[in-house]
Amino acid sequence: MRNIWTITKKELKTFLYSPIAYILTAFFLLVSGFFFYNILAWANDQTMRMMQSGYGVERLNINQMLFQPFFNNMTIILMFLMPMLTMRLFADEKKMRTEELLLTSPLRLSSIIIGKYLAALIIYALILLLTATYAVFVFVYGNPDALPLLVAYLGLFLLGAVFIAIGLFASALTENQVIAAVISFSSIILIWVISWVGESGPGAWRGILTYLSFFSHFKNMAGGVVDTQDIVYYLSFIFLGLYLTRAVFEFRKWR
Amino acid sequence: MIQVENLSKKFANVRAVDDISFRVEKGKIWGFLGPNGAGKTTTMRILTGYLPANEGQARINGIDVGSDLSAVRRMVGYLPEVVPVYSELTVREFLRFVAELYGMERKKIRFAIDRVVEKTNLQNVYGRLIKNISRGYRQRLGIAQAIIHEPEVLILDEPTIGLDPAQIIEIREMIRSFKESATVILSSHILAEITQVCDGAVIIKEGRLMATLTRDEWGKNLEIVTAAPVDDALCGALKQSFPAVSAAASEGAVIKLEFTEALSDFNPVISYLIEKDVRIREIKAGLEALYMKIILADAGRAS
Repeated sequence: MRNIWTITKKELKTFLYSPIAYILTAFFLLVSGFFFYNILAWANDQTMRMMQSGYGVERLNINQMLFQPFFNNMTIILMFLMPMLTMRLFADEKKMRTEELLLTSPLRLSSIIIGKYLAALIIYALILLLTATYAVFVFVYGNPDALPLLVAYLGLFLLGAVFIAIGLFASALTENQVIAAVISFSSIILIWVISWVGESGPGAWRGILTYLSFFSHFKNMAGGVVDTQDIVYYLSFIFLGLYLTRAVFEFRKWR
Repeated sequence: MIQVENLSKKFANVRAVDDISFRVEKGKIWGFLGPNGAGKTTTMRILTGYLPANEGQARINGIDVGSDLSAVRRMVGYLPEVVPVYSELTVREFLRFVAELYGMERKKIRFAIDRVVEKTNLQNVYGRLIKNISRGYRQRLGIAQAIIHEPEVLILDEPTIGLDPAQIIEIREMIRSFKESATVILSSHILAEITQVCDGAVIIKEGRLMATLTRDEWGKNLEIVTAAPVDDALCGALKQSFPAVSAAASEGAVIKLEFTEALSDFNPVISYLIEKDVRIREIKAGLEALYMKIILADAGRAS
């Protein structure tokens, strides 16, 4: 455990000493803030109209009108920004030849991988925490349900955690950060849209491809519904990403 | 102690290391000598467990590198060809990180850092960011990270590359001082470096072992190239003045000397010649002559 923390600590330092983390956070907040404002404005407008016409007032729900579309939009930002958070994790070590120091130390390979993964996860969690300020405003002026909101945040966190695992794997493949970002970004998009193929495909495939897609698993949680199936899906995806990262190193050794 | 037996490593179709065997006794410094691309770095990477060997065995203090990697890594300190430092950390942060990598106890880390900082003279840059320190300091930091866990075996890949003459002398001095506590292997393509620092040398070329030489073998020969031909009388006088000289002969402008025992210091002989108004162009220590003979003989065989 101490070994893992040694790596995590070093990674966190590198993140905080380099401008990447700050720029990433700033733009994440800028774009998500823009989305939030727009959706809020739209929800306000809708609500006013409904109140005036009196039609559908009983269906007014701030969680559904504001947070659900907001979280759906956040996934798009994650898709773009997570690869940039993870691209340097291993690629930079290779480029700067510091990988040799890590791999000839007594540390186990899995400790190194988990240590790096945790560091990216912590940075991501901090960024996510900052977006919670939007929710705080809604609580001040409105009366949303807290539980579905927390579930949605958990879903978003897990989704980001999967993206980080994919990014870590991509970063282990190359010494070029841009290539790492391209690989993880395109993998994420492909796994995201794989359900489209599923919808039009034959019966057996439909189930499998829809299950594989991120989209079908995020929908429930964004709406505030926890399904263990979704949690298992995310956790096994994370495990797969870390396992494949390890496999890359083992494979490279014997090539 | 380092034992290497019939070690081979293939990359795709290239045999980077081809059936190499040698042995370095405890407390000795040995040099890895050979042209660029001879397989020096690959052999060192196998010894540190960074790369697995295809055939053969490498043992550090009797433990097989392939079987108990983490035990071997605790015993070995390694300076790779490119110094592995994180430029965004300070010298202090980096050394602390390396100490933690090697699983050192928290209490001991501070003392260990103080010790290596003093040993490698890093006091002046201790709190600075690594990206702002000079090449010489960077190399010293590389050595500091290799010795922080007090390894019994030190593997240094071209420790003096890219340094200025004063820094080279300083690093060589430092390496010599490691002899008290560790067995050292260093690679170099500078012959003078091996002659000055090492007790023996392994000469490799294109992955194959060409020769293993010891100080006893190369310390007995010296060639001095002079500006003008020297007469035989001077050689005779030289032989008389130094009992250690067993044979002295001049061939045109080259004086060839042989000694009864291996010398580490040829200065008295050189001073003697200078006093006799001999203008010296070049001094070739024994290793240089032997090395050229071995490499050229191989080139002849190949063509």
